[in-house]
Parts: sequence; structure tokens; C-alpha cells
Amino acid sequence: MKDTVGYTTADGRQIGGTVMEMKNITLRFGGVEAIKNISFDVHEGEIRAIIGPNGAGKSSMLNVISGFYHPQEGEVWYRGERRPTMKPYEVARQGIARTFQNIALFEGMSVLDNVMTGRLTHMHAGMFSQAMWWGKARDEEILNRQKVEEVIDFLEIQAIRKTPVGRLPYGLKKRVELARALAAEPQILLLDEPMAGMNVEEKEDMSRFILDVNDEFGTTIVLIEHDMGVVMDLSDRVVVMDYGKKIGDGTPDEVRSNQDVIDAYLGVQH
Amino acid sequence: MPTSSDDRNGPRSIPALLHRNASQFGGSAAYREKDLGIWQAWTWSQTEAEIQALSLGLINLGVNEGDFIAIIGRNRPYLYWSMVAAQAVGAIPVPLYQDAGADEMAYVLDHCGARFAIVADQEQVDKVIEVQEKLHQFEHMIYLDPRGLRKYDHSKLHQYAHVQDQGRAAKDELLPDLERRETKLAYDSSCVMLYTSGTTGKPKGVMLSNRNVIETARSSSDFDQLRDTDEVLAYLPMAWVGDFIFSIGQAYWTGFCVNCPESPDTMMTDLREIGPSYYFAPPRIFETQLTQVMIRMEDAGPFKKRIFDYFMAHARKVGSSILDGHSVALVDRLKYALGEFMVYGPLKNALGFSSVRVGYTAGEAIGPEIFDFYRSLGINLKQLYGQTEATVFITAQPDGEVRSDTVGVPCPGVELRIADNGEVFYRSPGVFVEYYKNAASTADTKDAEGWVATGDAGFIEEGTGHLRIIDRAKDVGKMASGALFAPKYAENKLKFFPNILEAVVFGSEREECTAFINIDLTAVGNWAERNNIAYASYQELTAHPQVMGTVQDHVEDVNVSLAEDAMLSGCQIHRFVILHKELDADDGELTRTRKVRRRIIEQKYGDIIKALYDGSPKISTTTEVTYEDGRKGSISATLEIRDAKVAPAGTQKVAAE
Repeated sequence: MKDTVGYTTADGRQIGGTVMEMKNITLRFGGVEAIKNISFDVHEGEIRAIIGPNGAGKSSMLNVISGFYHPQEGEVWYRGERRPTMKPYEVARQGIARTFQNIALFEGMSVLDNVMTGRLTHMHAGMFSQAMWWGKARDEEILNRQKVEEVIDFLEIQAIRKTPVGRLPYGLKKRVELARALAAEPQILLLDEPMAGMNVEEKEDMSRFILDVNDEFGTTIVLIEHDMGVVMDLSDRVVVMDYGKKIGDGTPDEVRSNQDVIDAYLGVQH
Repeated sequence: MPTSSDDRNGPRSIPALLHRNASQFGGSAAYREKDLGIWQAWTWSQTEAEIQALSLGLINLGVNEGDFIAIIGRNRPYLYWSMVAAQAVGAIPVPLYQDAGADEMAYVLDHCGARFAIVADQEQVDKVIEVQEKLHQFEHMIYLDPRGLRKYDHSKLHQYAHVQDQGRAAKDELLPDLERRETKLAYDSSCVMLYTSGTTGKPKGVMLSNRNVIETARSSSDFDQLRDTDEVLAYLPMAWVGDFIFSIGQAYWTGFCVNCPESPDTMMTDLREIGPSYYFAPPRIFETQLTQVMIRMEDAGPFKKRIFDYFMAHARKVGSSILDGHSVALVDRLKYALGEFMVYGPLKNALGFSSVRVGYTAGEAIGPEIFDFYRSLGINLKQLYGQTEATVFITAQPDGEVRSDTVGVPCPGVELRIADNGEVFYRSPGVFVEYYKNAASTADTKDAEGWVATGDAGFIEEGTGHLRIIDRAKDVGKMASGALFAPKYAENKLKFFPNILEAVVFGSEREECTAFINIDLTAVGNWAERNNIAYASYQELTAHPQVMGTVQDHVEDVNVSLAEDAMLSGCQIHRFVILHKELDADDGELTRTRKVRRRIIEQKYGDIIKALYDGSPKISTTTEVTYEDGRKGSISATLEIRDAKVAPAGTQKVAAE
């Protein structure tokens, strides 16, 4: 069942084999079933969107992938192995980074410091060496700063490098969050509504950055987004959820013509 | 320091100057650019090697002598090298404005017949590709930043670094050809072609020779004693003649270092980090910086504010005199020194002006208050007057003779003449060769004896010999009453108010003058914030009654000051309107150097002008706007038209004397 060959997208990109697979995931909060028996896969190098109306369980799904929630039933397979129950930081070490729907940055810290925290999984020096800023700790910091500066350059936020995050407008904060996630050099990037609350211009910028990340670093991207125009333009394949169930899965064109999806979005008389 | 050499044995081209610098100042920095948060430097020797590699790469790609190479992007060392590399292989660099739309670029690329283009990034690549099909002679494009370009068809697209690599690889084979081409560069061969923005009609390609550029660079460097240890920040458009002269002409002549900002947004931070010793900015930038200082001081504590106000008052009193070397009482000098320690020094440091030895402003008139503010701090800010056709320099202010209302005395080697109609003519070694493929315009502008019409009306002040510019000659007209109409003069007075960004005055052949006003969103927005005035958009802010009231006060102040001048009292503004959108170069209303294009504005806003003259209190209008990416939209608004009080002519002056 596992697809190792991959496929070619409409714009000619070669997508690799399956990198992550969700098998029959069910997540309950007490009596509420947030996710009901959902399975889907993510291919290496693709942009995979999860869409659905409010309360459909999209963010819960992302939280399952990032290890924040543990499903009562089902399995997460990553790189051909079944993933045991993990803490979020363990998942991060596996190369999965994320951004949050409600921005979760350190408001009092500068942009640079915030992005540096994204390198945490790449720091190994001991506490003593860190405190003295000597030897391994210093070499590591120089290397990490280099990586962080590359990300800052990539996302064009040089002008706010030293600005405390608390002073930035919303759109830029979103970009800083993306920067922090990118600084971790993830293999899979999870974006929870990266464009919520943005104006048209900011959305266009963010779309450009997402495409560039995917193109430049070959990062696999899983994103949740409400703006249908953006989703259909950006993503290679789309999972549609409604009331915790999967009601569609396929390319944007397939999904667009799926009757269940149309009903979920436009409403239908029961 | 380079010795000034005469044109028989000195370096006769920019590439020749490069070789001289590499042997003379080999180890000192020629270029710096902030990259990944760190200032990277290239010495003159490294620069020579980089340019050589690129030149060889260009030959390898098939660049012929006499080809035009378009260069598009923001100020980066690599693009400056491209210009010199183009010259070295005998081609002519044509820098273009990077913010120009694809159509504008198409015109220039087609007009000069460029076969090659060296561009900064994907954005520029996309624009050129968009228009490529219409350009028959266009062949190869070289780009700097590979980001996003991986999937593009690379048959005619090359990465800058790869072109250099290929050049290095083929060095043995191609070097003789490069050397042969370089030795052929003569004093009168073409150095660069720059397109003038043109307030009317299509842009014209101004061809400048090595003689123009090198002679001008030499005399202007001598004039201000520029030296190889100077530092400049290159941030103004590369397509503008000023940047070419400062960042290439003078830099190669004296061997000083050109610093490129990290990104356009970081310019102010980079300015502070570099602390240039030679600095150039249009009045707009000085104005913005002053506005920011004042806004921040509003937020300062009362104690700091009082210190600031106290010492700034003292600086206004004696600062300029100390700078000009006039005699000032010892007590005042001591107080000024204390002020330097307490206020001026830290302020200059915050602005990035701590080491400025020579600063210039040009392009537009600068407000006297703004000019005096910087001078009183001890910053040697001066004015110059020039144009592309003169390789910039026509007049400049010598140290010690600096005033806000003149543009200085003729630069070394420049002759001035005022025609009967008031138009300023000049003749100098910097006078351009020709407008490319436009003999008619060349003949209109430059006569057989080499005198060039500036298109500006002005006069030479008696006693001092300083030139004063009144307005564009073709804009100066008569009103119906026969009084002199000089719109720019009135507009400048309006623009000196921080709240007013742009103004356009009408009145030629009419009974009275009227004006369009653009408010300055930074200044007015800040004022609105302080006064708890909520607004949702630029348009809403412009229509706010208090904003209208403030602007009305400004207009009336201007009327009072215009009334003092017997000649220009007719230009007082009777009615005005605040426009609902900012005048924009993307809409063709301004040139890329932000000069007002009157004809276009008159056509586009005909309905509003009509309302200004027929007495109606309001006008509803719809205006087409062009977005940055070339899409078009429209905005509608109902604008209020106000009457302004007019002062009786001449009375003020009599009362004052």
C-alpha cells in the first residue's frame, strides 16, 4: 500500500515516496470525537493541505502529527517506521517543525533571539561550556547564527533583526514564526493557518515564501488554511475534513469537484 | 592620494582606473556589503579579480564591443562590477530603475537594443521575460540571486557566479582578447548610458563618455577634497546619474570605499553602522529623518525634552556660523561645545552623520528649516545643482558659502549663461555626447558651441555670484492678469511643511492660482495618533476636517510669504483640494525621481481642476490606480474644495521694513 515511487505534479516537480502516514487515527476528548478514523499520507517534497470548516479537527490533526496530542487509536508512521508515543520535543528532533495558529513567540525577545530558539534542537554543548561561552558552545553558536542569518535573509526580515517581537505587526510576527520553524532545518514543516488575518499583499508574500521554502530546501509542507484560493494554488494534494471525518483527498481539482466537499462548504439540507 | 593627471597620460577609462587603484590601494577596501548580518569587504585587488572574471565570462557568452548591457537591481557590489566589466569588454552599461514596470523596461531595452541584461533576482528576471518576446535583439540574461529560478529554462539564462567561473576557466584563452579590448578604450569612447526620467514624453538615453565622467569626477573630487579614505553609502537608484558619479566616477577616481546596504529597508541602520564621510541624499530623506527625530522627542521625558530644546535653540543661533568659520563669542562657543557633548554628538550618531565631512542635497529645493537644522548640528550639508546631461555637476556650494536659497557657484570648468528669457545655459567638460538615437532632441538641447539648455529658469545673484533657480522654464508662465506664474516656487513653499508631501499648483493663463495637495502620511498619521483621531485609510485621513484645517493654515501661511515677493504675489493660492491618493510614479504622475509630471496630472484630474475653478464646494471623482505588480484598479472619492485667504500683495514687505 505504501507508495515508494512518488508522482509528478502538474507544474513538473518530481515528488518523492511516502514520508509520513497516518493510519486510522481517532482522537477523543472525553466524549467528543475530534478525529474519527482518519488515514492519509504525506509524500516527500510535496505541499499537503488539510482543509475543512471550523471545528472540523484540522488543528487537532496537526497536533497529533507534532506529538502534542496522542490519539487513542491509530498509528503514525514516519520514514517507514511506526512512531512510538513521543513528546513534542522528541518529534521536533526527528525533523518536524511547526508554526502556531495563535502566534507563540517570545514577545519580549528580539526577532534574532526568537529565531535562534529554533536552533535549540541543534545545540549540544553542556551547561558549563554554554555559561562560559567557550569552546564547543561558542563554535556552535557561530554556526547556528550563520544558519539563522540565512533564514533571516531568505524571509527578508533583516530590517527587524534586532526589534523586539512585541512591537511588530501581525503579518511580520507570522513571518518570524515561520523563520523560527525554518531555523530548525526541518524535513517536514507544519503550518497552522499561516495566512489567517492577513491582507491580500501579506498573503501573497507568505505564499511566495512557502513555495520558495519548498522549492529551495525541498521541505515537505503540511498546512492548514482557510483561504480556499490560496490552498488550491499552493498545494499539490488536499485532505478535506468535516466533523472529524475525512470527506475528500486528492489534487485540488479533484477535491473541488467532490460533491461531499461542496456540501460541507456550501451547506446542504439534511 | 592620486595625483591629478592631465588627460594625455592619466587613466582614460573606468577599467584603467580600476587597475590603477588595484596597484595603488590594493589592500584597502573598495566595496562593502552587509550580508547575513556581517559587513563583507572586497579590496581593490579582489575587485579587480572579480571584475576580470566577469569580463572574461561576458566575452565567453559572446558580448561584442559596442553592445549595450542593461543592469537592473538595487545597489550591490556585483552590479557595480557588472558596469565596469561591461566597459572593460567594450560594451556600454545601461542601468535601469529596478522599480520600473515591465512596459517601461521594454521601452528602454528596445530603444538601446540591449543584447544582454544583468539583473538582481527573480523579480527582475520575470519582468524581462515578460517583455522578451517583443525585443528582437535580446539574447542572454544573467542573474545574481538564484532563489526561485531553479526551474526556469536556462538556455538563455545564466547565474552570475557561473558566468564568472566560466570566465576564470577560459582565462588563458580569452585574456588576450580582453586586454586588446581594454587598450582600445579611449577618452572619448562611451562610458555609460543613462535614461533621464523625463517629465514629458518618453525617457531619453543620455550618452556619457569617459571624458565626461573622469573629468567631472576629478574636478568635483578636488572641489571637496575627497580622498581614498572616504566612505560612502550607495543606496540611491543605480540608474540615476548621481549614483553613477558618486559610486563609480568619484569612487574610482579617488579610490574611496562604496558601502552597499543589506536591504532597502535596513538603509538607516546601515547608515549608522557605516557612518559615511561623504553623503548624498535628496531633501526628502533629510526631511523624513528630521520628522522622525521630532516625533521621538515628543515621546521623550520632560527633562530630556527641555535639554534638547535648550541646546537646539543655541545651535540655531550659532551652529551655522561656527560651521562657516565666522567669529562667534567665546561663551557661545563653550556652550556649543557643551551642547555637542550633550545633544548634537549623540543625535548625529543616532542619525549616522557623526563622520560626515561633506554632505550634499539636490534634486529638489530643500526647506530652509530642514537645511538649517542639519547645518546647525555641525553637519556640512550643501546644495548642488546638476542634471544627467551635465554628468551631474553644474553648480555647487563651496564650504563657507552655504545658504538654503541658492544652489552655489559654477563648478570648476563650468561656464554659465542666462538667456534673455531667464533660462540657464551651461558649458562644461561634463556635457553629454548625445541623446542616443535622437538627433533632434540632441540638437534642441545642445547647440554647436556646446551650450546646453537646462530647461530651468534662474538668475545669478549680484554680489555673490550664486545661481538661484526659480522653476522649470517651460512651467514658468503668465497669469491672465499678466503676473508671473512660477508653480514650483509656490509648491516648494508648501512642501516645506512636514504635513505636505507633494503639491501641484495650477494657474497658467488663469485669473487665480489653485493647488492639489498630498498629505504626508507619516507626519499627519502621527499627529492623528497623538490627538486620538481614528482613521481607516489614507483617503479617510485626507478628508478629516482638522486635516483640511491644518492644510488650510499652511496654504494661507504660504500666501502671506508669497505676497512679500512683488514678482510672485500673483501665485497665491485661492482654492485647494487634498487629493484622495498619493501621486505615484507607477501611475505616471511622477517621474522615478519624484518630479511632478504636470501634463499628465492635468489630463488625469481634469474634473477636479474644473471644480477648483468653477466654485463648486465638492467634487466626486474616480481615479485609476496601478498597483506595484502592474494590475489596475480604481478608487472613488468625494473631495471637499476649500477657499484660502489671500494676502494683499506687497504689504507685508513694507510693514516689515
